[in-house]
Amino acid sequence: MKEIAIQVRNFSHYYGSHQSLKNLNFDVYRHEILGIIGPAKSGKSTFLACLNRLNDLLPGSRVEGQILVDGQDIYGPEVDVVALRRKIGMVFATPVPLPMSIYENVVYGVRLLGKNNRKELDQIVEDSLEKAGLWNEVKDRLQTSALKLSGGQQQRLCIARILALKPEYILLDEPTSGLDPISTMKIEDSLRMLKKDYTIILVTNNTKQAARVADRTAFFLMGELVEIDDTRVIFTRPSDKRTEGYLEGKFG
Amino acid sequence: MLLSPKTEQKIVQAFLYFFTSIAVLVLLFILVVILKNGLPQLSLEFLTKNPADMGREGGILSTIVATIFLTFIALLVATPLGVGTAIYLTEYTIESRLTRIIRFGAECLAGIPSIIFGLFGFILFVNKLKFGWSILSGGLTLAFMVLPTIIRTSEEAIKSVPQAYRLVSFSLGSTRWQAITRVVLPSAVPGIVTGIILSIGRSIGETAAVIFTAGSALRMPSSLFSSSRTMAVHFYILAKEGVSMPKAYGTAAVLVIAILIINIMTYYLMEKYIKRKS
Ligand SMILES: Nc1ncnc2c1ncn2[C@@H]1O[C@H](COP(=O)(O)OP(=O)(O)OP(=O)(O)O)[C@@H](O)[C@H]1O
Ligand SMILES: [Mg+2]
Repeated sequence: MKEIAIQVRNFSHYYGSHQSLKNLNFDVYRHEILGIIGPAKSGKSTFLACLNRLNDLLPGSRVEGQILVDGQDIYGPEVDVVALRRKIGMVFATPVPLPMSIYENVVYGVRLLGKNNRKELDQIVEDSLEKAGLWNEVKDRLQTSALKLSGGQQQRLCIARILALKPEYILLDEPTSGLDPISTMKIEDSLRMLKKDYTIILVTNNTKQAARVADRTAFFLMGELVEIDDTRVIFTRPSDKRTEGYLEGKFG
Repeated sequence: MLLSPKTEQKIVQAFLYFFTSIAVLVLLFILVVILKNGLPQLSLEFLTKNPADMGREGGILSTIVATIFLTFIALLVATPLGVGTAIYLTEYTIESRLTRIIRFGAECLAGIPSIIFGLFGFILFVNKLKFGWSILSGGLTLAFMVLPTIIRTSEEAIKSVPQAYRLVSFSLGSTRWQAITRVVLPSAVPGIVTGIILSIGRSIGETAAVIFTAGSALRMPSSLFSSSRTMAVHFYILAKEGVSMPKAYGTAAVLVIAILIINIMTYYLMEKYIKRKS
């Protein structure tokens, strides 16, 4: 029996009067990679933003229902949003290194916690970069600007930056959409390694990517969850016609 | 008559070239006149002696010191106020009637002639608050005069920091203030500094606002409450009252050279800063 990590219960999201997520109900298991696929504007990014409450920053954003992370309602009144965001790391579609050195990028979140011990930070940098599969490529130039890295390296740096915070969840929003096949493969390799220790939700507009790395896959369409199942099932015998249509490239 | 695109291009280019050269020539002309008449006046003594006999004799040391103090106070007050306002307007408010009113107020302030600031400073600082004609009154008046510049340039600089940096910072568990101090402001520094430099230039060169508030005493200022005369005011008085044209040119030369040095130094530092960042 798999352990449930996140429970989504009757969850809806609105931008003003526009409903972007419609009454979602599903679970995310611990230490799985859940792929989320769906055509443009189906609410995939919105769902991720709701999970670590980055949607709070958007004007007019409003939610209904519940998301329980480790049993706690993340929209409850006593939730510490800043701590939540540390626990649930987010990787965006375009890699955004902060305009500082590679080293400082990795420890950015850690320093926010007031940790400044050099030895400790050095160790965190090495561990995080190692896990993100970037250590060997950058270990000799940690003090150079992160902006000089290639796109694929920058995206792995963004992953390392999150790992440094020792999160439990990693959300990725089309992390390889701008990358070449080799960089994409490296990131997918890292994800497979990371799943031992983390619960991962991977939004992708590339259905083949979901097929390659996700344990289970959810199909979103216009703010609705059409179906969620083992990736193999979704790709071989989906139970909904719309899923089948999407995978055959009929829309999106 | 239709011109061929090529001819048209040539004519436009010629015109633009002409206007640009006029601008450059005017600048050169000013520089040459001032330096030609002023440089011969310059000596160590001119820079290190106080004026004597109303400025006919001696140097301009006390006016240099007064200029530095006044400018320093103006920037000390205007920078935190201006940058703070800019942060508030860009990061802590959503566009509303209030922000529009504040912005409109700042724009209006920017359009007010400096002599009106002088009058305002005279009424408020010199008389009401009883600071008298002093470095303090002058500095505060200049602060209000340059405030709109600092607000506007800082606002532009802060706005041009990519939104994604803020999102990333938040997603890594920062508070809004941490995002501002650790990512937004460091990226905005070049723009903010540009505003400060502009303000320094304006403060150093200002006469109208200063003459009403800092006075025109030639003594070496000894405290914040000393009345004192800045270089620009000194130049104005020497020239207008026909005290001594050579000394007036000497003062002007020092002013111009100081402003040049400040600009060059800032440019150099900014280059280095930007290089280190990227
Ligand atoms: N900041 C916003 N303000 C208002 N509406 C928004 C905002 N962001 C997204 N939306 C709307 O919410 C809906 C869901 O958008 P979302 O970005 O979550 O879709 P997506 O599945 O991630 O699409 P894509 O594949 O293009 O990234 C869309 O109709 C979109 O127009
Ligand atoms: Mg999206």
